[in-house]
Amino acid sequence: MAFNVAKVRQDFPIFERTIRDGKKLVYLDSGATSQKPLSVIEAEGNFYKFHNAAVHRGAHQLAEEATDAYEGARLKVANFLGAREEQVVFTKGATESLNLIAYAMGNAAPGTRFALTSKDKIVVTEMEHHANLIPWQQLAARTGAQFSWFEVTPDGRLDLSNINSVITENTKVVALTHQSNVLGTIVPLKAIVTRAHEVGAVVVLDACQSAPHMPIDVTELGVDFLVFSGHKALGPTGVGVLWSSELDDLPPFLYGGSMIETVTMTSATWAPAPRKFEAGVPNMAQTVGLGAAVDYLTALGMGNVHNHEVALTKYLIEKLVQIPGLKIVGPTNLESRGGTVSFTAGDIHPHDLGQFLDSQGVAVRTGHHCAWPLTRKLGVPATTRASLYLYNDESDCDSLFDAIVGAQKYFA
Amino acid sequence: MELDSLYQEVILDHYKHPLNKGLSATYGAQVHHVNPSCGDEITLNVTSEDGVIKSITWDGVGCSISQASVSIASDLLVNKSFAEANVILNEFTELMHSKGSKQGNPDVLDDAVALAGVSKFPARIKCALLGWMAFKDAAVRINTTTEGE
Repeated sequence: MAFNVAKVRQDFPIFERTIRDGKKLVYLDSGATSQKPLSVIEAEGNFYKFHNAAVHRGAHQLAEEATDAYEGARLKVANFLGAREEQVVFTKGATESLNLIAYAMGNAAPGTRFALTSKDKIVVTEMEHHANLIPWQQLAARTGAQFSWFEVTPDGRLDLSNINSVITENTKVVALTHQSNVLGTIVPLKAIVTRAHEVGAVVVLDACQSAPHMPIDVTELGVDFLVFSGHKALGPTGVGVLWSSELDDLPPFLYGGSMIETVTMTSATWAPAPRKFEAGVPNMAQTVGLGAAVDYLTALGMGNVHNHEVALTKYLIEKLVQIPGLKIVGPTNLESRGGTVSFTAGDIHPHDLGQFLDSQGVAVRTGHHCAWPLTRKLGVPATTRASLYLYNDESDCDSLFDAIVGAQKYFA
Repeated sequence: MELDSLYQEVILDHYKHPLNKGLSATYGAQVHHVNPSCGDEITLNVTSEDGVIKSITWDGVGCSISQASVSIASDLLVNKSFAEANVILNEFTELMHSKGSKQGNPDVLDDAVALAGVSKFPARIKCALLGWMAFKDAAVRINTTTEGE
């Protein structure tokens, strides 16, 4: 099936509105959150209109329908990842997914598989989003575990030259991003997974910037945990995914209703995964909405989505490098690279540039993109980021180009 | 263009030719403030004598709004008493939170009225206030120290 971006755009009601006195909306901030197709908005609304009830409880028809819809979303997400249903946990977002893993490991009884001591090591990378950095910093602080990281090269790639001294025999967790939310870099996962497993460490993959944009097969990736957020993948806010093949060995993080097997006044035992990680009434309508998002993506074909974005990224980079004074922060070649392009534009501060772009209807993100150690390492206080998605086209890239050139004139 | 109400000529002038940039060797108080949402940072020195502000110097990185705003403040508040500076600071803070409904009193705010347009852009209010909040913090520190002497 040929990918028809004009047709795709018609599915997104937000593109019917205009920005700043009648300008066309040029939305280049999908790395922060994606826009939603009508099918997702309706799925969320229809859950409230027709099926609303607390899932997994209640002896009535609505509760049955709600549970079917919620568990149906789990099956859809499992298929999307090439995984089994019982390996998929719904959380309130990717940030919660990562905190869940870190806190659950912190809850592990001494001597058990995931328990950490000062003899163990946690490894991250310098290009992590704060959400995949701080939970591990804090887990290391709580357990006394050592903490180290892969560095980033000046061209925005992970430096694996010292892989054997970073991932050592005592490494228990390697947590890293699949694709940098600043640089667009896709990490060389295979070498890292191989080395991690060689020393018995688990790999936690932050797929927030990859799962919405390319085909994902957890078996092929070989990682042990994978998380992504619903709202960056056309779904609603308030729902995230945690996938893992290792859930049985991981203790719970949040305790409460629904996650138990038996309870007495002094003790409790846990339901099997994924239920033991879903305490309380979940964000049901949002999860059902995510199911609709996954349906939408699956119908388009993730391979088609990825090819569209690769072609568009090439177009965008080739345009941007023509602008005098503009410097792309991150890889300029297309090898192992996604559609997130950060840059600096001479002396114009990103905040000022972003403001000018907004006046032209062009929505970008500016700042450190929740990856402060990375921007510091790259020697820039802030960057401007354009992040592409399936509804962007060449005219969006042209608009960005024109607006940057306009900003250079305005601030000259 | 509405953008012109934000980027007044006087703001761009201060941005390109900032006043009092470069930290003084000595100071009564030094503070370091950051805007965590965008990474802007400022270090600001204040010296005073007999309750009068003698100098405000600063260094930092940031957007035109934050840089121009601290440049303006560093000029405007010098040779004022802390009480006078406080009146100006309150007037400016009020202007920033006015959502475009106020012009600002030029008799009190001088060049700082050029920042009135910022109040229509909620994401930029913090930029404009960065240097002023740093000053406020430094003033508190100086006066706490003085009282302790």
